[in-house]
Amino acid sequence: MEPEQPSPDTEQESLHEEAHLPPPTFWPIGFAIGIVVVLVGLVINPELISSIGAVIAIVFGFLWARDATAELRGQTLVVEPERRQLKEAGEGMTAPPADQQGVALPRVDPATVTRSRFLEGATLGLGGVIGGLITVPVAGFALLPSFLDQKQHKVDLGPLSNFPLSQWFVTTFVVDPAEGEVSRRTAFIRNNGNVADPKTKKQVPSFTIISNHCAHLGCPVQANGPTGAILGQKTIHERTANGPVTLDPVVPAGYGCPCHGGQYDTEGNRTAGPPVRALDRYSFEIDKGRLILLSTYSVSHVVGTGAQAKIYRYKEAGPGEHVDGPEQWFYPLQPPHH
Amino acid sequence: MAVRRKPTRAEIRRQRMEELINFPLDWLEERSGLIGGVRYFLFRNVPSDINWMQTLGSAALTAFLVQAITGVILAMYYVPSAATDPHTGKPVAWESIVNISDNLFMGWLVRGMHRWGASVFIILMFLHMGRVFLFGAYKYPRELNWIIGVLILVMGMMEGFTGYLLPWDQTAYWATVVGINLNGTAPFLGPWLAQFLRGGQEISGETLTRFYSLHMLLIPGAIIALIGLHLYLVIRLGVTSPPWSKEAAGMEPDEEEPARLRPGLTRPVPRPAGASAMQAEPGGRE
Repeated sequence: MEPEQPSPDTEQESLHEEAHLPPPTFWPIGFAIGIVVVLVGLVINPELISSIGAVIAIVFGFLWARDATAELRGQTLVVEPERRQLKEAGEGMTAPPADQQGVALPRVDPATVTRSRFLEGATLGLGGVIGGLITVPVAGFALLPSFLDQKQHKVDLGPLSNFPLSQWFVTTFVVDPAEGEVSRRTAFIRNNGNVADPKTKKQVPSFTIISNHCAHLGCPVQANGPTGAILGQKTIHERTANGPVTLDPVVPAGYGCPCHGGQYDTEGNRTAGPPVRALDRYSFEIDKGRLILLSTYSVSHVVGTGAQAKIYRYKEAGPGEHVDGPEQWFYPLQPPHH
Repeated sequence: MAVRRKPTRAEIRRQRMEELINFPLDWLEERSGLIGGVRYFLFRNVPSDINWMQTLGSAALTAFLVQAITGVILAMYYVPSAATDPHTGKPVAWESIVNISDNLFMGWLVRGMHRWGASVFIILMFLHMGRVFLFGAYKYPRELNWIIGVLILVMGMMEGFTGYLLPWDQTAYWATVVGINLNGTAPFLGPWLAQFLRGGQEISGETLTRFYSLHMLLIPGAIIALIGLHLYLVIRLGVTSPPWSKEAAGMEPDEEEPARLRPGLTRPVPRPAGASAMQAEPGGRE
């Protein structure tokens, strides 16, 4: 057999067998910055900023292209290869297991931060930072909107002339017209007539306005007694800024809850069943002769009736939560309430 | 001297068919190991004297899959909006449920499967739990799987609670009022939990949308993850033999050995001198 002749393109082949990396270069970074400046400039100032960005991009792009094509244009490339010294296993070295082929590595002092240890720490640390940057705003978005901007809706119930003295009304109204029917609420309202304000001694209107949210678990409490049609009285329909308001005359002997049988007297004091306190009440104001409902507050109990009633008033608490007695310490922090 | 008989035409055809069927499976197995993985997942030792009680777990899993599939389809038609339809004066969410039940082809069936399947899922989970309790299958080394199972049960109940609001009728609304207020009476964080669930101080359209999101995304995701852990432990630890069985099919530890002396992460296997240097895997699994 004849000895193999070297093929004519051996030299060129060998070129491709060598590591074939371009030298490290910063030009692409400058090019990228130029592109970013162009894009930012399109938003801020297309003529000036974008032109500057274009110049940066063109200059760095040219330098990059020149570097990248150096080999093609026949210029010699000098690439310093990365090497590390290989040593025989000896003193201060960890030898590979006898049954395995391997290279002995220098034993590293545990206190030394090796490259792999640094990269491990950097990966975990950066991962933690990125995870935090993503998680914190998302978790905040999930949790906080329920507690922020709980704005108070004033409810216009119509002129005071709709409320004859000492007459109870089952009043239904829409709290937030934007929310619609789902924000319809019910209150039991009685006009107590005018009464002297304890501070200013002026005569001011007095209303008893009881929320129908049961103090047990929030079911709708009903008036125990005949209403409009049975009494032979007309239900009043009013349209206000909040939408339709209905006033149904009623003669209540008290209030009862259909869900679990809680019972209350006409002032909202619990008389029987599972509720933990009296019914909540609405605060109110009179604006240009119209009755305006404000926010609700919680009541432990009421002594007396009508304008003379002494109301033991507390910050609004959810149904089933004690506002007085030792059990109130179970609820030290209430979420923000309007 | 064995005479090689010439294969008949039918045998050749049969062999070709087998090659045809095996080729894609071989291709898949070579690249992914999936076929072996599926065998590892499905095939395990089962004592010969088990009974139907030990199928309750897979029955509960099937019920969950039914819920997942019918739920995905229902989500194509259901609209979680508390807004009022201006034409009918009815809430949009409720109308979309009526549409599913009354107008859409087979909608009544799929919604019925989802609605009744919910109860089936919970009942099967309880029956499965009872079987595990009565067979003593919660004991070492399976305590962790009992705990994961309890978490799945809790998640299943949360699915029931959040799903109950979605029809947006009077039952749904007041059941949710009572349910949220019950949570609200929990000491210290209860009022905060209730306000988070409501998405504010009162039940509103936001409550409906967040219950919908919890019901079809967050809680099912958690259940799927927990089922994965649950099954992983079943595969790792094997099937518990019934109390009457003489066969040990699972990975039960040697009863002679006290628990504290069994190998673990911090307790290497005590081995006689000269034994293999390889340390046994924690848990002593082969």
